[in-house]
Amino acid sequence: MEAASGTAPIENDTEARHPAVGPRPREIELNTADLSPTLHAEEDSFFHIPTLGDFFPDAILFEGTVFEFNRVQLVRLIVLAAVLIFMCIVASRAKLVPGRVQSAVELVIDFVNNNIIANTLGLKDGKRFAPMLITMFVFILSMNLAGVVPGLNLAGTSVIGLPLLMALWTFVTYVGAGIRKHGFLGYLRAETMPPGIPWPIYILLIPIELLQVVVIRWASLTIRLLANMVAGHMMIVVFIGMTHALLFSGDWLIAISPFAGAMAIGIYGFEIFVAALQAFIFTMLTAVYIQLATSDEH
Amino acid sequence: MILAEEDTVPGWRLLIPLPEEIVWSAIFLLIFAGVFMKFVLPRMNAVLDERSEKIEGGIRHAEQVQEQADQLRNDQEQELAAARQEAAAIREKARADGQKIVDEARARAEAENERVLSAGRQQLNAERVAASTELRGEVGNLASDLASKIVGESLTDDERSRRVIDRFLDDLESSQTTTR
Repeated sequence: MEAASGTAPIENDTEARHPAVGPRPREIELNTADLSPTLHAEEDSFFHIPTLGDFFPDAILFEGTVFEFNRVQLVRLIVLAAVLIFMCIVASRAKLVPGRVQSAVELVIDFVNNNIIANTLGLKDGKRFAPMLITMFVFILSMNLAGVVPGLNLAGTSVIGLPLLMALWTFVTYVGAGIRKHGFLGYLRAETMPPGIPWPIYILLIPIELLQVVVIRWASLTIRLLANMVAGHMMIVVFIGMTHALLFSGDWLIAISPFAGAMAIGIYGFEIFVAALQAFIFTMLTAVYIQLATSDEH
Repeated sequence: MILAEEDTVPGWRLLIPLPEEIVWSAIFLLIFAGVFMKFVLPRMNAVLDERSEKIEGGIRHAEQVQEQADQLRNDQEQELAAARQEAAAIREKARADGQKIVDEARARAEAENERVLSAGRQQLNAERVAASTELRGEVGNLASDLASKIVGESLTDDERSRRVIDRFLDDLESSQTTTR
């Protein structure tokens, strides 16, 4: 935010001068297209247009070192602390007859167990990977939801570090599980040479499958999560910013602001849904990749 | 304007992880995964497992109790059926016995009846014979007395007198039978 507003005034100032020296008053009246520049000119102080700069805020601590601490890390740290403290309290007070809060936490654990693990690995084989998958789901979900918490306003997964590390964790896990099950060559063979295919096809298939296993899977996991969170942040900021700008335009445009506000609320709800959905998809795909690596036959 | 600002932070930078970003992400991920997998999940799983064990134990116990109850009910039903059968048999036997007793009693009564009847009849016969003999003697004497008185002559000749009396009596009897 700070980075954006730091550069925005300069840009807006140059644009603000344009309508003044450009068309004559009569033309301005007729030309509605020029309204948008004037809008920009008037709202340069509070219409925050989201930029990618939001994801690269200025450093707060340790600037210039490897431990440079900026707003994104602060958001992550707050979410991490909040979730961990909450979870530890719930876990340490866990009783046989659960209270309301404990039931909610158990609901999340059961959701991962029943809807992700049971459907892919099976509850029995999946027991080994259950802690990892549940951890992943809860971590991604809480980091995603930071994007819709007022004041934090930025998903912890909307900067590449976390999605990338999670995806690499998935990669290491499924490759490890596959190698432990089939041996190194056996695993490569199982993943790249699905049986029942005539041998000339293998010439084409092996590089594709190899690329898929080694790069595409974890890269797509990373980019899917990252892009969803980045886009979500952009959309929320655009709609809330637009509502704000329209409402304070002091013009007939105020009449549209309720619609923009409704859209903003709708997008907000949608982002909560996307946060849960992306956590689910990430965990689900991890489970599927592990299942593919450890299964006997394709 | 948007284009102009994108120049300051180009889009590809989103996909390039900076070292500090990786360092902090790794720290957060390790802390979270460590605490979650070493403390939170084992505790929660322990509670969940214990609960499912309790529930399963409860269900098994309930099944056992149900089985026992079924067994008991079966036994009881069998006993009841046996008792009913026995009761029916006893009733049947009682009825048969009763019938037999009644039959015997009736037979005995009939025999007794018969006996009494025949004894009575015999006694009656004997009495009648005795009476008729006695009567015959007395009537004979009376008649002979009367006749001797009427005739004036003693019917001393026993042979004749007896013949006369017998004829008289026979006449009397025959007249009696015809009038009866």
